[in-house]
Amino acid sequence: MQNAGLSVAIVDENQMRAAILEEGLVSAGISQVTLISDTTNLLRQLVDLAPDVVIIDLENPSRDVLEQMFQVSRVVARPVAMFVDRSDSSMIQAAVDAGVSAYVVDGLRKERIKPIVDMAISRFNAFSRLQDELEKARNELAERKVIERAKGILMKTRKMSEEEAYAALRRLAMSDNRRIIDIAQSVVTAAKLLG
Amino acid sequence: MAGPDGARELRIGFIPLVDCTPLVVAHERGFAAAEGLRLNLVRETSWANIRDRLVLGHFDAAHMLAPMPVSANLRIGSLHTPMSVPLVLNLGGNAITASTALWAEMKAAAGGELSGTDPRGMGEALAAVVRARSAAGRPPPTIGMVHPFSAHNYELRYWLAAAGVDPDEDVRLVVVPPPFMADAMAAGQVDAFCVGEPWNSLAVEAGVGRIITTKAALWRQGPEKVLSVRADWAEQAPETLAALLRALVKAAAWAEDAANREELAALLADPRYLGVDAGIIGRALSHRLVLERGGEPVEVADFLLFERSAATFPWQSHALWIYSQMVRWGQTAETAENQDRARRTYRPDIYRRVLGPEGVALPNASMKVEGALKAPTPVASSTGRMVLGPDGFFDGLEFDPDDVERYIAGFAIHKRNA
Repeated sequence: MQNAGLSVAIVDENQMRAAILEEGLVSAGISQVTLISDTTNLLRQLVDLAPDVVIIDLENPSRDVLEQMFQVSRVVARPVAMFVDRSDSSMIQAAVDAGVSAYVVDGLRKERIKPIVDMAISRFNAFSRLQDELEKARNELAERKVIERAKGILMKTRKMSEEEAYAALRRLAMSDNRRIIDIAQSVVTAAKLLG
Repeated sequence: MAGPDGARELRIGFIPLVDCTPLVVAHERGFAAAEGLRLNLVRETSWANIRDRLVLGHFDAAHMLAPMPVSANLRIGSLHTPMSVPLVLNLGGNAITASTALWAEMKAAAGGELSGTDPRGMGEALAAVVRARSAAGRPPPTIGMVHPFSAHNYELRYWLAAAGVDPDEDVRLVVVPPPFMADAMAAGQVDAFCVGEPWNSLAVEAGVGRIITTKAALWRQGPEKVLSVRADWAEQAPETLAALLRALVKAAAWAEDAANREELAALLADPRYLGVDAGIIGRALSHRLVLERGGEPVEVADFLLFERSAATFPWQSHALWIYSQMVRWGQTAETAENQDRARRTYRPDIYRRVLGPEGVALPNASMKVEGALKAPTPVASSTGRMVLGPDGFFDGLEFDPDDVERYIAGFAIHKRNA
């Protein structure tokens, strides 16, 4: 395996995302993957690890600590560069859009690094899709609860059955060209106001 | 891109610091809207993100460390897209804070007599601590700053070297993100740090540190944050840039007015901007710092300037001073071409073209001898009502931008061509 000798450090406070990334890298044949979630003394941790590639989440303020590695490369012994190739702006764009940044030790061949960065980008994208879906599911759950409460209010105050209450909400939504959740929300709000 | 109300929308990145003020005020107090702009201020977590997202076109402009665009144009560090600085956002605003333990060591080294914020006395006390620790076989002090291309890095190095402390040999300089500074100090990972407000005052309030000196005491009226844009964007969108500069100069004047301080502190305290108690933010704005927890506030002259003393003018001598320190510490080579690249990063020509017709006072020169003004001094300007300075360095040295080589050669401690 051509990647077997490479070591990668993942700096991410989001442990779920870091785990997804780690799994991808390991399945690609990279055996030396280290997760760093505690960024205190990050520079020291990285100097001790001496990874070939550092993958960091863009929201991590410690990116500036990594930039110091350019400047203290005499201390670190190995110069560090950002991204595979500074001239490869499409890869930089894709990485930043995905929310990830990769720092690569100079001297590593571009073709060895590219799959790692591509992997990080796709895993970060997959994670953010997962987050979006989770968020959507959470919203749908919250919306269902509001509709349930609105139905309950109608059943109690208008002596409707559950089916009649839902039909009333839907009818109003259709005639007003609004979403059922919005109608349900106004029923709940009105009930609060009217006591 | 024009917005639904016809205003042009600009995306601008900023870091939560008191010196992002002109951008916040331009947006919140209608100065941008009056110029037909809608500012979309995007809070970022690192200077690296600010630079990269500006380079990639995610941002039209950014709140940036004054040396950062210079480093980009010198092609040192990462991502070398040419940048331009048409306006300075503030002068001053930083301080150096020592942990309570280091402060106790410094006081003991000074024979118990140490107070105030005088950089000379503080530097001597720290140098004594460094020597004592070395003699006792203890590790040297670790000092935090925010980025290798920051005024903080050069201020610390300038101050340490003036006290005979070699910043690369006698202490450990490390980068710590501002929000982590106080925690790093509490945990004993750093013995001191140099950072912008409100982070020094927050460390003081947390009881972990004592402010020992300020940027204004080291170099009165030295540049701190700038407005940075891509050089090609400045050429392609001159009218939009002009509108932004007009809005920012008006915002800076509003922010400088003492009558607006309370309102400004409340504005910055908003969770969208700093999310820090307004009373803490007010210290920097009023030039009155509390040095240690429970202490009386002390007046720091010119602690943070937004508009006074031509604070917004992009002096090319500031860019050259930054370059001189980059050469001094081995970050770049001393060549005529590099010197020229550094100087031309700052664009007084754009400032003059846009703000001259607005009646903003313009100096006749684009460079000045830094450190030469010992008292407020009226200077030649197109409007005849510009007063500059004092702008001295604490060690009394002067920086003549026409003789950068001799200035750099004059330092006993340096890492040139290392």
